[in-house]
Amino acid sequence: MTILNPYGMTRRHFLNHVAGAATTIPTMHFLSHLEANASQVKKQQKACILIWMPGGPPTIDIWDLKPGSKNGGEFKPISTKGDMQISEHMPQTAQVMGDLSLIRSMSTREADHARGTYYMHSAYVPNPTVVHPTFGSVVSYELGSRRKELDIPSFISVGGSRGSAGFLGMAHSPFVVSSDGTIQNAEINMTEQQRLGQRLNMLEVLESGFIKSKRGESANSHKDIYKKAVNLMTSKQMEAFKVDQEPAALKDAYGTGNFGKGLLLARRLVEVGVPFIEVSASVGSWDLHQGVFDSLKNNNLPQLDKGISALVTDLKQRAMLDDVTIVCMGEFGRTPRINQNVGRDHWAASWTAMVGGGGLKNGQAVGKTDSDGIGIEGKSYLPGDLWATVSHALGIPLDIVHTSKRGRPMKLANGGTPIKELIG
Amino acid sequence: MHRFSKQLCVVFASAICAGSLVSLADAAPPASRAKAFSTGSFDPFIDYINGQIRQGWKDNEVEPSPVATDAEWLRRVHLDLIGQIPSAETVEKFAKDRDTAKRSKVIDQLLDDPAYVQNFTNVWTNLLIGRRTPRRVSRSGMQKFLREAFAKNRPWNEVVQDLVTAEGHFEENGAVNYLLAQMQNNDEGVQVTAATTRLFLGIQVQCTQCHNHPFNDWKQNQFWEYNSFFRQMRRINHRKTDPKTGRQVDDYSEVVSTGFNGPVYYEKRSGLMQVAYPIFENIKVDPQAGIERRKEFSKLIVKGEKPLIASAIVNRMWGYFIGYGFTRPVDDMGPHNPASHPELLARMTEELVKKKYDLKQLARWICNSEAYNLTSQFGRKNEIDSPEKGESPLFSHMYVKNMSAEQLYDSLIVATGAHKSGQSNWERAETQRRRWMGQFMVAFDGDSGDDSTTFNGTIPQALMMMNGDLTKNAISADKGSYLNQLLSEKSSDQVKIRKMFLSTLNRYPDRREIKGAQSLVGSSKNKLSAYQDLYWALLNSNEFIFNH
Repeated sequence: MTILNPYGMTRRHFLNHVAGAATTIPTMHFLSHLEANASQVKKQQKACILIWMPGGPPTIDIWDLKPGSKNGGEFKPISTKGDMQISEHMPQTAQVMGDLSLIRSMSTREADHARGTYYMHSAYVPNPTVVHPTFGSVVSYELGSRRKELDIPSFISVGGSRGSAGFLGMAHSPFVVSSDGTIQNAEINMTEQQRLGQRLNMLEVLESGFIKSKRGESANSHKDIYKKAVNLMTSKQMEAFKVDQEPAALKDAYGTGNFGKGLLLARRLVEVGVPFIEVSASVGSWDLHQGVFDSLKNNNLPQLDKGISALVTDLKQRAMLDDVTIVCMGEFGRTPRINQNVGRDHWAASWTAMVGGGGLKNGQAVGKTDSDGIGIEGKSYLPGDLWATVSHALGIPLDIVHTSKRGRPMKLANGGTPIKELIG
Repeated sequence: MHRFSKQLCVVFASAICAGSLVSLADAAPPASRAKAFSTGSFDPFIDYINGQIRQGWKDNEVEPSPVATDAEWLRRVHLDLIGQIPSAETVEKFAKDRDTAKRSKVIDQLLDDPAYVQNFTNVWTNLLIGRRTPRRVSRSGMQKFLREAFAKNRPWNEVVQDLVTAEGHFEENGAVNYLLAQMQNNDEGVQVTAATTRLFLGIQVQCTQCHNHPFNDWKQNQFWEYNSFFRQMRRINHRKTDPKTGRQVDDYSEVVSTGFNGPVYYEKRSGLMQVAYPIFENIKVDPQAGIERRKEFSKLIVKGEKPLIASAIVNRMWGYFIGYGFTRPVDDMGPHNPASHPELLARMTEELVKKKYDLKQLARWICNSEAYNLTSQFGRKNEIDSPEKGESPLFSHMYVKNMSAEQLYDSLIVATGAHKSGQSNWERAETQRRRWMGQFMVAFDGDSGDDSTTFNGTIPQALMMMNGDLTKNAISADKGSYLNQLLSEKSSDQVKIRKMFLSTLNRYPDRREIKGAQSLVGSSKNKLSAYQDLYWALLNSNEFIFNH
């Protein structure tokens, strides 16, 4: 069967066509056996969900409050299940902080949106000589390539892409889907589906002729990409994108906006074996130069709170939390000083990133800012340290060195060190 | 249902039988290599180029591939010069033409085609400002400047001089958009320096921004000396009030000169501060405020018999047409990266300067050369000529290139005659083109542009080719469509099938392909949909999407 269908048509589609034929039953049997095995394997598969807050969140109002300081703002801290306090507008998340941690002394020097986004995603500052891979591409390269049973791309970006695979190559680019799981041009109607078989057979006649005519590797690479695309269109794993199939109660728990849907989609993708998913925390602007407290209180934080707490709870119930590392951050924090428009401006010197799950030692706050939130007391951390911590949790060896197209060695996570307190 | 799988088996079995015949059917008859190759052009410099390339074959003991068939060559030269495949009629006409100088004549014709201007405007717009227009850069301004340059075939040195010395409003002087695109960050001209030396001089000094070059003698000061030339300018972004919303929006941007004088300071790795003056190839320019440094730079880069600006464009164009330049990448020349054919590169550089940087002449030399006219198929006697495996190119066969997104779009339009049906409005057509391009370019911004010969398609692109609107339109059988026309003709299936191959792959099908297509058409209840499926397969094939 596999010979007849060079474009990976052995699954659903092909079965549709031969349903009823004598050969079908053993085939189905074989497939379901495979799938059963696969789902067992997937249970232990490591993954990372990056919750990205574009614009730069005011972490001083979310994770590291400064009551009593002139920089403190309007919000009060509340106690949590972990060994730290967080914002009063994150009450549900407070209940799951035992499974999450805070890094309160990120110090990252890039306070421009584009440069900060690049730096936080890749652990490298922008440089005209090379495009560094965003960390999702690194994980795709290291883990995704080994997951042979994965038909869908191994780095999926929900709601927009914020980086590229750089020198690791197009195969590891973020694969962009919208939060309701729509993939452009992947859905085909019934007629097209019925005709796909003969189209692909004709395509095979053409493609193999060109390949046999000896013109180099490109001809083969083209066929491989088509194989992957057809796999994607016809794979059972496409079900993972159908986030609407989840029970209404669960959908409500995550939140019915794009952010909640995106997180729920991320969980479904982890279940089929996708090792890295980036979800945009599109709950309103985080670039809060004005009216920071009203926006946070009425809009951003209620949705963020819902989404994070639902995700942690859901992963835990499914016994997946130890394998799934969660990171929540933006490109920088915001000024401790409150400006004349009751806003906060860009600030990279001292801010908080949230990490959790992944079998890390959670429920703690690592690092410390001073009482005004301006300076850092003790050790500070770089994005490389954060990604090194994630790498540790994902089981990616830290001594890996990639090579740029010009032959320059590039250390994993820019040579960062895993945060000792978190990896235990 | 049984019928379905049986049918598959038939297709497959015939595929196996015919498979071994393919290379025989496709290859041109072995040409006598003793006779000198000619496209019919009488320029002795082309013979010189051919002699140099042949020397390389001899020294490395490879035998070149045969000359490409007319069909293969015609498709290639159309894509390279005017950015789109030829129509079926053009291919047939060329095949029938008995003129021995027909190849050189086609080259001249295409160089005068308006699409030549459009094609090279696309190529250079992408190189100068990128595929995605950065904020506060006018793509149309950039295109206007380049269209004029290529339409008039302006000498390349003058075009470059205009680009590096540009000043003013981004639509009144489109050349400034190059600088604006490189001034996205407040980076003291670092990006402008890196791009200018790479694109126009073919050298990569940006590594020496932070340290001495690890593989050659370039020192850190060199980067900052070049950089000193680009410090007397700044950008101004003008804003205006949107009358509808009352909000501030982007108006226009411009580049203006500043009175910057004195040296540039930079930090060594040791932390020591150093000073750099505007120096180009050991010629020092007075760092006083009154001296316009970019003007001085533009004079210095054209000095000598073989200036870098000339060798850079020769190398880039050779790489553009043949898939690999004399160095790899084409814009990293220097003592650390010796050229594959140094003598040829030097001679072509000199000749180009003598011909006053005439880019059409350069294209004429390359397209009329023997190397450009060979088939992309290689055999046992030249399979070591495989630059994709890291070998130095010998140009003993053509290398398969990727179509650019623009070439692919325009070729789809030609193949399906979509431009004939209703898209007469240029502006609307352009809007549609940009929309498609935007979608196609999603997830396409890796380390691109480096290597045109490695296929770097993505799944979203494959999905777009398989299921996207353009393909749906292309295979539609609505009135006025290509398929509708073809199917209303009174001709046999075989004739129709041959025509479809001709308008997409620009060649006739071989026996195996005819068999495959006939069994597809013959076994279908609905003929129309069978033809649609065949057309779908042709447009999605590797042969269609590659320039080979």
